[in-house]
Amino acid sequence: MELRILAAPREQQALLDLPWDMPLEQWPEWYLVALPRGISRHVVRFTRLGRNVYALKEIVKPFADREYQMLRDLARLDVPAVQAVGVVSGREAPDGEPLDSVLVTRHLQFSLPYRALFARMMRRDTVDRLIDALVVLIARLHLTGFYWGDCSLSNTLFRRDAGAFAAYLVDAETGELHNGLSDGQRAHDLDTARTNIAGEMMDLLAAGQLDESVDPIAVSDQVVERYEALWTELTEWEAFDVNERWRIARRVDRLNELGFDVDELDIVTDIGGRTIRVQPKVVDPGHHSRRLLRLTGIDAQENQARRLLNDLDTYAAVTEQQGEDEEIVANAWVLDSYEPVLRAIPRELRGKLEGPEIFHEVLEHRWYLSENLGRDVGLEEAARDYVDTVLPHKPDELAILGGTSAEPDTTQPFRITWNDLQ
Amino acid sequence: MATVTFDKASRIYPGTDKPAVDALDLAIEDGEFLVLVGPSGCGKSTSLRMLAGLEEVDGGAIRIGDRDVTHMPPKDRDIAMVFQNYALYPHMTVADNMGFALKIAGTPKDEIRRRVGDAAKLLDLSEYLDRKPKALSGGQRQRVAMGRAIVREPQVFLMDEPLSNLDAKLRVSTRTQIASLQRRLGITTVYVTHDQVEAMTMGDRVAVLNAGLLQQVDSPLGLYDKPSNVFVAGFIGSPAMNIATFDVKDGRATLGAADIAIPASISSKVAEEGSDTVTLGFRPEALIPASAEEPGGIPVLVDVVEELGSDAYVYGRPAGPAADEQADRLRSDQIIARVEPRNAPQKGEKINFTVRPGSEHFFSVKTGERLEP
Repeated sequence: MELRILAAPREQQALLDLPWDMPLEQWPEWYLVALPRGISRHVVRFTRLGRNVYALKEIVKPFADREYQMLRDLARLDVPAVQAVGVVSGREAPDGEPLDSVLVTRHLQFSLPYRALFARMMRRDTVDRLIDALVVLIARLHLTGFYWGDCSLSNTLFRRDAGAFAAYLVDAETGELHNGLSDGQRAHDLDTARTNIAGEMMDLLAAGQLDESVDPIAVSDQVVERYEALWTELTEWEAFDVNERWRIARRVDRLNELGFDVDELDIVTDIGGRTIRVQPKVVDPGHHSRRLLRLTGIDAQENQARRLLNDLDTYAAVTEQQGEDEEIVANAWVLDSYEPVLRAIPRELRGKLEGPEIFHEVLEHRWYLSENLGRDVGLEEAARDYVDTVLPHKPDELAILGGTSAEPDTTQPFRITWNDLQ
Repeated sequence: MATVTFDKASRIYPGTDKPAVDALDLAIEDGEFLVLVGPSGCGKSTSLRMLAGLEEVDGGAIRIGDRDVTHMPPKDRDIAMVFQNYALYPHMTVADNMGFALKIAGTPKDEIRRRVGDAAKLLDLSEYLDRKPKALSGGQRQRVAMGRAIVREPQVFLMDEPLSNLDAKLRVSTRTQIASLQRRLGITTVYVTHDQVEAMTMGDRVAVLNAGLLQQVDSPLGLYDKPSNVFVAGFIGSPAMNIATFDVKDGRATLGAADIAIPASISSKVAEEGSDTVTLGFRPEALIPASAEEPGGIPVLVDVVEELGSDAYVYGRPAGPAADEQADRLRSDQIIARVEPRNAPQKGEKINFTVRPGSEHFFSVKTGERLEP
């Protein structure tokens, strides 16, 4: 059989140099950038090519092709998911023994597996934020017609988002893309999520990595409750008297606050004209991050964007530019505030956090510093102090690839396949 | 313990006219292992998902036992979707790994202990209940994962292509394990596959679907021996049945030099539907090598010989004077015959085959339905 690498041309070149005639499990260490770890039921390894880190998953060809296509579709639909790079198939060992295909995905920079987050004792509110991020991801997936089939914390990666988290889908192996989902599909997806998350939490508890005040079952119930509340806000009909038309605007505001843009709203008036019913038809996540991107070209998570936009508003007020054209003010803010802060970060500390997250932390730091010193500390001074006293003590999060224990297999839930049944 | 009934159940996807599943009538017995099989797009997975509550039902009803579950949420149906894999949690004991989902469901502790104990006994895991999964062998870990589904004591197990990510060899050993476990548990099971060999080896009964329509439901042997139409005849059996259109005249079916005596009842049924042709099928084992002089034989040029040890299969094409016509009327590109493995012909040889009398299958050329002599 011939070796076939399906990938973007730029990455194809680099991929060619890897030892595809060896089972992934036997690859020599110098090809790998992290310890092997059992994030999934398949053999998974990480390798570095050029400036990027890639995740390689060994899997039968139809599954590799399917997941590759699925991840490409999700990217097209603008769903937060890892990026598929290619499929390597037709692999053969030197003795002619055929080897499974390999699905190649690009490692998501600054992403955190939940095990890494829990490596230090996790507080209750951090757990809540993690769950909130996952709920938003599930709702987004369901809005686009994606049925996950195996939603869990281990199939998700998290990025910091101004004190909260943003969730990314990692494993689309069991996923299905439909025009729309039935209530049954959504309910089943949630039920799976609930069971998996409870199991993962119970395991953390058994390992002593979870604060005793966190109840795994309550946390998993919370997933369902929060999802239902969000889904209702996103999709339910709302009826009110014709004199209460302001409630339309309030519904839109609430959705914006949750981070969703309303592209289409269905408004129906009954025959007497006394009652109005409203339902959001097309909602688009990323309200704040889209606005920030448009104004400044800064690509940030939703909460980071909210934080940065708030600072931009403050800047406009302080510099008395409120009446000015939004884009001009935004441009000035980038030059006066955002870029100087990022420039203050020495190169060797840039792998700690993403730019927008650093800016958010400097804003926080400025607040605490001002309070302590009893005077308003400027952004520049806050940034300097942050670089000196806070940032160096943070872990490098550019490429955290596994749990942090020396024995990753014991900290990861491991997947059992039928293969083991013999 | 429960029966499962599809009562004229239909699913029509929005924006399409043709039902994905069209008025499915199927009664699955208590404790039965029923396999839904068919080519891709036939409606088998959709049927399973209608039962699971993942797909809406647009017409008809679905019952589990006496309960109408047609519009019930998935978790209230008392079914378990058995995945091809489950996560095992390394810090939890085997017992907790098996029982934690019951804890979420609020099952009392004593009840959880009893169910986990029962499942462990069944899976030969009793002595490992206090261990961590790490201490177990691969096979034992697999059984713990199965235990998670079993302790739920559902009325019905649903499995959707659970072996599709395995290579051929593992698939064979694993399907035996699943089938034997199901028999020990006695829980009604509905299993979906596109692989007719898997269907035939695992199911108590097999339901064949095509284009949203149930074609036939029967025991594996029943399907093999009496396919109710041309589709089932061609789909079930590996290698596949040889199927061709023959002319019917004077109590004989002919195609070129091939000449087969047919029962009078078949002749009259063909005449009744105003036709003078019949679709005739014969399995590879129904072909017998004959001498070249024997009249009525089918001369075949051997392209490939597949030696399996216990059997050998000849793949060839018609080679007589009427070869072109025969090839045109054949539903596949080749004729397949089973031959004695110690006596197999060589590639390029020409052999004359006759059909063993009484082993033919007759189908109406108009409806495709089976014609019984």
